Amino acid sequence: MLGFIARKLLYLMPVLLAVSLLTFLIASLLPGDLAYVILGDQATPEKVEALRHDMGLDQPMWWRYLGWLGHVLQGDFGRSFRTGQTVLQAVTERLPVSIELMALAEIIGLAIGVPLAVACAVRSGSAFDRFMTGSAFGMLSVPTFLSAILLIYLFAVELRWLPATGYVPFQEDPVGNLRFFVLPAVTLALAEWPGIMRVLRSDMIATLQEDYIAMAKAKGLKPSRILFVHALKPSSLTLVTITGINIGRLIGGAVIVETIFALPGIGRLLVGAIYTRDLIILQGVVLLVAAGFVIMNFIVDMLYAVLDPRIRYGHA
Amino acid sequence: MLSVENVSVDLPTPRGNLRAVDQVDLTIGAGRTLGIVGESGCGKTMLSRAILQLLPKKAKLSGRVLFDGQDVVRLDRERLRRLRGRSLAVVFQDPMTSLNPVLTIGTQLIETLQEHLELDSVVAKRRSVELLAAVGIPAPEQRLMQYPHQLSGGMRQRVAIAIALSCEPKLLIADEPTTALDVTIQAQILELLAQLREKFNLAMLFISHDLAVISQVADRVAVMYAGSLVELGSKLDIFQTPCHPYTRGLLKAVPTLKTDRALSLPTIEGTVPPSHAALPGCPFEPRCADRVPDCGKALPPLVEVAVGHWARCPVINPTR
Amino acid sequence: MATLELSIDEDVAVSPVKRTRRLGPLFWAAIAWIILIFAAAGLVGVLPLPSPTDMDMLERRAPASALHWLGTDGLGRDELARLIYGARISLIVGLCAPVIGVTIGGALGMLAGYFRGRFETLVVGSMDVLLAFPPLILVLAIVAYLGQSIFNLTCIIGVLSIPAFMRVARAATLTLARREFVIAAQALGATHARILLRELLPNVFLSLVAFFLLGVAVTIVVEGALSFLGLGVPPPVSSWGNMIGEGRESLDVAPRLAFIPAITMFLTVLSFNLVGDTLRALTDPRQGAL
Repeated sequence: MLGFIARKLLYLMPVLLAVSLLTFLIASLLPGDLAYVILGDQATPEKVEALRHDMGLDQPMWWRYLGWLGHVLQGDFGRSFRTGQTVLQAVTERLPVSIELMALAEIIGLAIGVPLAVACAVRSGSAFDRFMTGSAFGMLSVPTFLSAILLIYLFAVELRWLPATGYVPFQEDPVGNLRFFVLPAVTLALAEWPGIMRVLRSDMIATLQEDYIAMAKAKGLKPSRILFVHALKPSSLTLVTITGINIGRLIGGAVIVETIFALPGIGRLLVGAIYTRDLIILQGVVLLVAAGFVIMNFIVDMLYAVLDPRIRYGHA
Repeated sequence: MLSVENVSVDLPTPRGNLRAVDQVDLTIGAGRTLGIVGESGCGKTMLSRAILQLLPKKAKLSGRVLFDGQDVVRLDRERLRRLRGRSLAVVFQDPMTSLNPVLTIGTQLIETLQEHLELDSVVAKRRSVELLAAVGIPAPEQRLMQYPHQLSGGMRQRVAIAIALSCEPKLLIADEPTTALDVTIQAQILELLAQLREKFNLAMLFISHDLAVISQVADRVAVMYAGSLVELGSKLDIFQTPCHPYTRGLLKAVPTLKTDRALSLPTIEGTVPPSHAALPGCPFEPRCADRVPDCGKALPPLVEVAVGHWARCPVINPTR
Repeated sequence: MATLELSIDEDVAVSPVKRTRRLGPLFWAAIAWIILIFAAAGLVGVLPLPSPTDMDMLERRAPASALHWLGTDGLGRDELARLIYGARISLIVGLCAPVIGVTIGGALGMLAGYFRGRFETLVVGSMDVLLAFPPLILVLAIVAYLGQSIFNLTCIIGVLSIPAFMRVARAATLTLARREFVIAAQALGATHARILLRELLPNVFLSLVAFFLLGVAVTIVVEGALSFLGLGVPPPVSSWGNMIGEGRESLDVAPRLAFIPAITMFLTVLSFNLVGDTLRALTDPRQGAL
């Protein structure tokens, strides 16, 4: 078991390093001389030169990279010249919003996808199954922003049940907070459930063929127990992987939804940083998001071992 | 105890209808063991699935299966479910696939006890330990926490037997329980089954392709070929005075200590017919050395050639 | 409610691919739609359409009429013309970007799967690194660097699709490279290049084509999303995403301005997905149907 973890960790390190390097490169390549941008109207060649020297921008790239990396490893991700916030402050401010969105989206997606998958697996081949599978496939072809528009049109414009944009923190107004999150979370969930449903359904169909399910039936166990204890657990491996990867992806990738629904999350922070050429924020946040994704994958691999005891003890 | 009456199982396939089991009649008395012997594909497993009502979705079953007086085929789902595991138990061939790999041994034992006997978890746990000890598993308390893949093949099959017998069933269906095990373990398992049979007065339906195993275990033997029952009788009848060419061929093919090693082993010529070829006459006819023209025309009826001994071959008379 | 009946369905186990072998009516409908879109986009010069950029301030958000078959948008421009010109853009980006992905990704994947060893680890590792980044952010950042243009957009989306194609090509090559015909070719003294091109490529090709079509669908969506946010295809060039984004402003008065391009985009993406998925099911029976 320990060997398993150690090997995975060993692979993790170079990937994280490469991620940091790539992040730095991308940020550095953004045009618009940073000093110019900061000084704005007051830019004169001398001032620009002076500021560049102050900020260390006249150093060679590899030097700047190492300096940045050194700071990062000590927990110092830098400070935005625009807002004066440190990267960590900006992130901790925005992170709860993104996490809430992502968690709600995944929960709703699972709430739709898992029961449907189980129902379809049991009735595999029936008209219900074919209809649901077809709908899942169709849903996958609907881009996120399309669902967003549709939901906004239906619920905000026509029915006026829910607000189209806006945000209020949970601590201030729990109900209001959730109201603002309904449409964005459902939009994302609509994109999540087909993947979840397809994967779980196909795994369950395979599991239901197994001898141990026939055995469970021969033991006279209740159908609900057979389904949810005997069949669901061995089928959920791929589902866990997919969910883990989805969550990792959603942290940085809910850009579109956050922008459309005006939610102050990480996605919007990044888009803003690109616009204002706020390199420090950009570098720091992209690194955190990418690293988070890589670590998430690592956790999912670990979860695999927990779910399937055969992997844990070295059998397969 | 168990009475199978004129049971046939039809499976619709893309290539036409497949008759997996053809008009089989059997009975098993309480505490008695019936062995079913035959090659792979002869329908013996399908028959056991028919009795358990675990046939594939598309299969069609005709006939009656009376268990303890009730027709299992007509029974509603709920009552059938309560019957299974409680009065009617089964042990499958491969314990690696018949035990759930992601659940502990304990869970798989306890859930049966809790379902049918409604024991609380403490009592159920204690009873599980007793059961594991009864089937000869050392250190039973530790085993409860373990997973199937951590046990050897023989141990796993013992666990399967423990699960099957946990609610003291009246009938145990054992579908090739020793085929996946090596010979020494096989002997132990058979010994175990014999002991438990004694102890619980268990009726058993023992399916195997291995004549030697059947001869050890069964009181009565049924021989199946290509879905039909070709011979049925007591152990002595079948092994000493077989009355069907197929049975005879099978017995001749088994090497003994007296077999002359210079000669090649006798075999039955030909192969089992492809499943979809529905022959009008005796299914064994194409391979039979004793056949006559009439054999291919109509399926011979099961005839009582001696008391309690039935055979589906009009050509042979019992040799005494 | 009846208790759920679990049963061992033999047919499902025996032939999971059976269903998709027959190309159903949906498949052909998808092909028909794709041809329609291609035709409309291709014949753009010949069709009697008003210009997509001519603004008629008096006729803003006008409903369908003889002059404007689908009405006009918020700036008085003809909807139908914009829709068809938008199809051109979506198809150009949609086809060219995956071409980049399939050629580079496919090549890398085949080489990685064939040569194995450290080269493979390097390739797979780099792709993993690339995949760690939220793709939309990457596109935005690089579009900000290079400027908003159709060419840049195509290139960056193309580059981002390389990892996916790499995986497909590598997986296909891994299964094939162990087969007898490859070993036979090696025994006959064939060079690596020959084996790769003559033996492996024809077999990997079909999977790549299936994935290519799926890539077209994804690209259309990505381009649409970016244009929707105003960060993709630069105005006044019309793309479906642009139109939907602009239509968002008029949701309360003229929802059709958003929904007409939305439905068109949905049908196009669905069609490419259908055809691609059917092809994938045919070439990779393990994955099977939906």
